[in-house]
Amino acid sequence: MNVLRFTTAGSVDDGKSTLIGRLLYDSKSVFIDQLDAVAASSKRRGTELDLSLLTDGLKDEREQGITIDVAYRYFATPKRNFILADTPGHVQYTRNMVTGASTADAALILIDARHGVVEQTRRHSFIAGLLGLRAVVVCVNKMDLVDYREPAFTKVCEDFEALRKAAGLPEVHFVPLSALVGDNVVDASGRMPWYQGPTLLSLLEDLEPIEPAAASDFRFPVQLVIRPRTSEHHDFRGYAGRVAGGRIALGDFITVWPEGIEAVVNGIYLGSQKLQTASYGQSVVITLDRDVNVARTSVLSAGSQPKREASLKARLCWLDSKSHQPGLRYEFRAPGGQGQAMIAEVAKVLNLDTLEYELGDGSLGTNQIAEVVLRCAQAPTTEAYSDQRIMGGFVLVDPVRGATVAAGMIQ
Amino acid sequence: MKEQPSFLDELEAEAIFVIREAYAQFERPTILFSGGKDSIVVSHLAQKAFAPAGIPFALVHVDTGHNFAETLEFRDRYVKQIGAELIVGSVQDSINRGTAQEEQGPLGNRNRIQSVTLLETIDRERIDCLMGGGRRDEEKARAKERFFSHRDAFGQWDPKNQRPELWNLFNGAKQPGEHFRVFPISNWTEMNVWHYIRQEGIELPSLYFAAPRQVIWRNGSWLPVSDFISLRAGEVPITKTIRFRTLGDITITGGIESDADTLDSVIAEVETLRQTERGNREDDKRSESSMEERKKQGYF
Repeated sequence: MNVLRFTTAGSVDDGKSTLIGRLLYDSKSVFIDQLDAVAASSKRRGTELDLSLLTDGLKDEREQGITIDVAYRYFATPKRNFILADTPGHVQYTRNMVTGASTADAALILIDARHGVVEQTRRHSFIAGLLGLRAVVVCVNKMDLVDYREPAFTKVCEDFEALRKAAGLPEVHFVPLSALVGDNVVDASGRMPWYQGPTLLSLLEDLEPIEPAAASDFRFPVQLVIRPRTSEHHDFRGYAGRVAGGRIALGDFITVWPEGIEAVVNGIYLGSQKLQTASYGQSVVITLDRDVNVARTSVLSAGSQPKREASLKARLCWLDSKSHQPGLRYEFRAPGGQGQAMIAEVAKVLNLDTLEYELGDGSLGTNQIAEVVLRCAQAPTTEAYSDQRIMGGFVLVDPVRGATVAAGMIQ
Repeated sequence: MKEQPSFLDELEAEAIFVIREAYAQFERPTILFSGGKDSIVVSHLAQKAFAPAGIPFALVHVDTGHNFAETLEFRDRYVKQIGAELIVGSVQDSINRGTAQEEQGPLGNRNRIQSVTLLETIDRERIDCLMGGGRRDEEKARAKERFFSHRDAFGQWDPKNQRPELWNLFNGAKQPGEHFRVFPISNWTEMNVWHYIRQEGIELPSLYFAAPRQVIWRNGSWLPVSDFISLRAGEVPITKTIRFRTLGDITITGGIESDADTLDSVIAEVETLRQTERGNREDDKRSESSMEERKKQGYF
């Protein structure tokens, strides 16, 4: 894989922005004029070169000294390209962490070596697990403030182990570091001889998180139908979309959903180029050997039959500042279906202190994570989120305000 | 056939997906076309997204009246070539109508009042979606943009109240009078754009390539001499071999000294440049948060 998409999470003051600033600065991804601006700004504030200013983009953030929205950063090493979603740690902005994690392969979770695992760590780990991130790198930061002692690091690793199981994280790595000083971020530290592992950057360069959707059965949610209606392409009828799972080749049989009708793929196009195959992640146009009723949110599938149910069990993360009350209706949006839906049942709500799902009162507030039963007016074509992230994810939209109120993962 | 898709292939697939979503979700989606390389790349991707059908978007150009002649020539030739409709919003018309006021003083330029013309054009043409070549790596405030960026009836961006964007589910729901800005190449860097231009053989305006040009030295960069700027005391026009890294209003777009007169040499130069490309744009230097302020007011 030549690109790694990752996200960062931490509490306020864990030094997350400094860590990212350090990663960019030490990997020589900062331009001279950006650095000049940060130096001038640091000077005005009477501080030394403050690397966190490299990523804290918005004016209010600079004033309050906290990150309040997702900021995307790009850097590359000779080995790999990185897309980083820097998300806020502050409690009311959990929705942004969910946003950042939804497109990421891996997450960095920052822990202050002095404080160890705290409530925010639990919340972030759960979100990472919930959103199906394949790998998590726990950055035990501020080692300089605990005199680079090993027990502080070991304690975090042990405490995190219980969390790892509860959150369902498949792959976890630990790195002791100091973002402020630069130990073990890009350059190895001489101050922690007891740590033999890789630096954070070299770990990120070698991480190979497995995406189950790439190896799963073919799924192709249709975005739109292409009909040129020109003399040259008089009868052309192509289906545009991005492969959400598996792979397809010319001559393969597929089934069109919701109709359940079989057809054969007789054309795959990328622009004017004709392809033999299309794989996970590719945006293409597919033509079929016969006339079938295909429209936006139709799904072409091969192999196992996709899930076709109007009643869906899902995990839901409530994102909106307005709470959910029983009986409210929403618009369900997923690649394989769009239409009215309601939350038939809020079965259980996650208690972040005990990490257990408990009975709720039927309402849902900002940042709450719950197990729900969703009832859709028409059955969408979906998959279990753990098998295919794209086919298994959905959002709920407030039909009046248009706000994205919740993100869901089908079980 | 390449078995392992390259990073550029992945960025292209993502951008095509976003462009198709914009088409599917809006009634009057358009491309904001400046004649710069980023909007040219977006137009190229839009052609690719709908082939073999034609490009289904009009191109919108906000004309400050202070143009590089090459930009207008390129624009007119390009829309003809790709068979797209062209919509022009004129800043001069807004000034004549009195809806926009020219900035006074020696630092005055038409960059800020472009927003007025843009919003008037959106209104007049009932545009509900403008796709642009904005990239998150360009500037700190842009790093926080969504792919689908909601604008209220005043064209304002509310950075603290952005809709969360999960997976590839983009929410274009809006109230009457509101619109969206859509950024298909959000995740591209300047380097990616250049590599893609080479890979696809995309034609660019000649301003991107080094040539002898009449310039003056102002505010740390080489500003092209044109009918639209007045020389200040001590400024002497000279001929320098320069090229432009971004194209905007001719009165504020500074060039850099360069010998890079081919695509390969430009790419080699960009790879070694350690200044961000907006560094030569006078409008961004006014204050630490100038881009954010302009975006809140409806700037692209």
